[in-house]
Amino acid sequence: MSSENLRLQVTAAPFTHSPRTTAAVMRDVSLALLPVLFAAVWYFGIVAILVVGTATLGAVLTDAVLGRQGWAGLKDGSAILTGVLLGLTLPPGIPLWMALLGGVAGIGLGKVVWGGLGHNIFNPALVGRAFLQAAFPITLTTWVAPGSGSLVSLPASTLAVPLLHVDAVSAATPLGLAKFQGTLTAVGPLLTGNVAGSLGETSAIILLAGGAYLMWRRAFDWRIPASIILTTAVLQAVASAIWPGLAPPQMMVFSGGLLLGAIYMATDPVSSPTTPRGAWIFGAGIATLVVLIRNWGGLPEGVMYAILLMNAASPLIERATQPRVFGRDKRRLL
Amino acid sequence: MSQSDRTAEELLKGLWKENPTFVQVLGMCPALAVTNSAVNAIVMGLATLFVLVASSGLVSMLRHFIPKQVRISTYIVIIATFVSVADLVLQATLPVVHKELGAFIPLIVVNCLILGRQEAFAAKNTVKLAIADAIGMGLGFTFALTLLGVVREILGSGSLFGMALFGPNYEPWVVMILPPGGFIMLGLILLVFSWVKQRRQARQARQADPAPKVGVA
Repeated sequence: MSSENLRLQVTAAPFTHSPRTTAAVMRDVSLALLPVLFAAVWYFGIVAILVVGTATLGAVLTDAVLGRQGWAGLKDGSAILTGVLLGLTLPPGIPLWMALLGGVAGIGLGKVVWGGLGHNIFNPALVGRAFLQAAFPITLTTWVAPGSGSLVSLPASTLAVPLLHVDAVSAATPLGLAKFQGTLTAVGPLLTGNVAGSLGETSAIILLAGGAYLMWRRAFDWRIPASIILTTAVLQAVASAIWPGLAPPQMMVFSGGLLLGAIYMATDPVSSPTTPRGAWIFGAGIATLVVLIRNWGGLPEGVMYAILLMNAASPLIERATQPRVFGRDKRRLL
Repeated sequence: MSQSDRTAEELLKGLWKENPTFVQVLGMCPALAVTNSAVNAIVMGLATLFVLVASSGLVSMLRHFIPKQVRISTYIVIIATFVSVADLVLQATLPVVHKELGAFIPLIVVNCLILGRQEAFAAKNTVKLAIADAIGMGLGFTFALTLLGVVREILGSGSLFGMALFGPNYEPWVVMILPPGGFIMLGLILLVFSWVKQRRQARQARQADPAPKVGVA
């Protein structure tokens, strides 16, 4: 044995490596979104692909042009995922120039200005959605009934000239019907997705299947969606028992953007707490806000605002739920 | 440095180098609240410019006379006097804009930019320099407000100074005339401002040291 090999080998941590890269996680999530996209095409036609594609184009270009890493920053796939998620939260009849603007605003205001991936406080896709909602409140709440056109026909508003307004016929979402007309939608259509709504928020079964896939792949923290769904169901069961006019809990869970938000948005690893207890609290907070907004707020839907508000709270939650160092700190309540 | 050079320098610094809105980040309340249209922004900027110049001149004139212990309250009384003048003049000449600006005209009294210039500059300098500084700062403020107002009006209402730019079918970006639009636009402009500044500094550093260090991006 040569003398060299007897030397003490000093290397720096980390010593274990996980094959789970950011790109791999993003790929899993994108894969789980494919069936959602197919469902959107099934119900709303080819326009679904156009809207999602345009939003993605806006997100990717903005990340490449303004992002610190330029085109190389696209390799982790996070900008693509942001664009796809944003596209799926948009109404099917949205003009394409707005979808593009949403992608630009989502990445620009939601990610790049904070310093890029990992530094953003808010979910970039939802920032883009919130920007569009604040800028064009009427267009963003103009819904198209599923199956109202053929597979390849486009709503008249899709190809609107940029900056100009086009009138569109609006159908009501199940939550809008429940809130403003007092009409409840059966669980059946909610599960299959044959209802008006955003592109990706229609079929509960497909969204839950995607969630199951992500859980099996361990691509996300299952506690967050579990906490959101359970808390919403329990709170709404209690609320609808006290105030009989409110929607039943099963409708609350399966309608609107709750499942899409719970499974794909709230679980964004950057803007949600990493501690297990923090994840439960985070989800419960989102669910509480959703129940409050949907039942008593001015809008029929509140998942987006609920998630954004809890995004802002997640550093606090994270700090409050740090695990106790064994033998050092005293036990605290949280 | 000659006297006229000094005056010119004090006049020019408020426009860009020490711009009250974009560099000092003072007077944020009017900068965000009344910049939803270009006209409102310009009128607010000019009203502030008038109050600032008049108060700075008077404060500088009285700087040896005002007792140190009560200087802030004295400045406020002087500023409030000129704000009342501006308020009444606007009410008489531009009643529509005056009504739209509403409480923000009397609130010029508490604009920290004006009080700040009295305490930081007018109270320590000659009348000529104080007025030069006030004109520069006032114009810089007006420029900043107008820039915000123009961008927000174009996007939020599709018009400029009340004239429609894109025809009757324009889809307004409602957010831009709401408070969030003010914050977003201000943030973006600050971003551009510091980007330009950084590039300029980098260029100056390169000129001072022509051999760039290898490996520094």
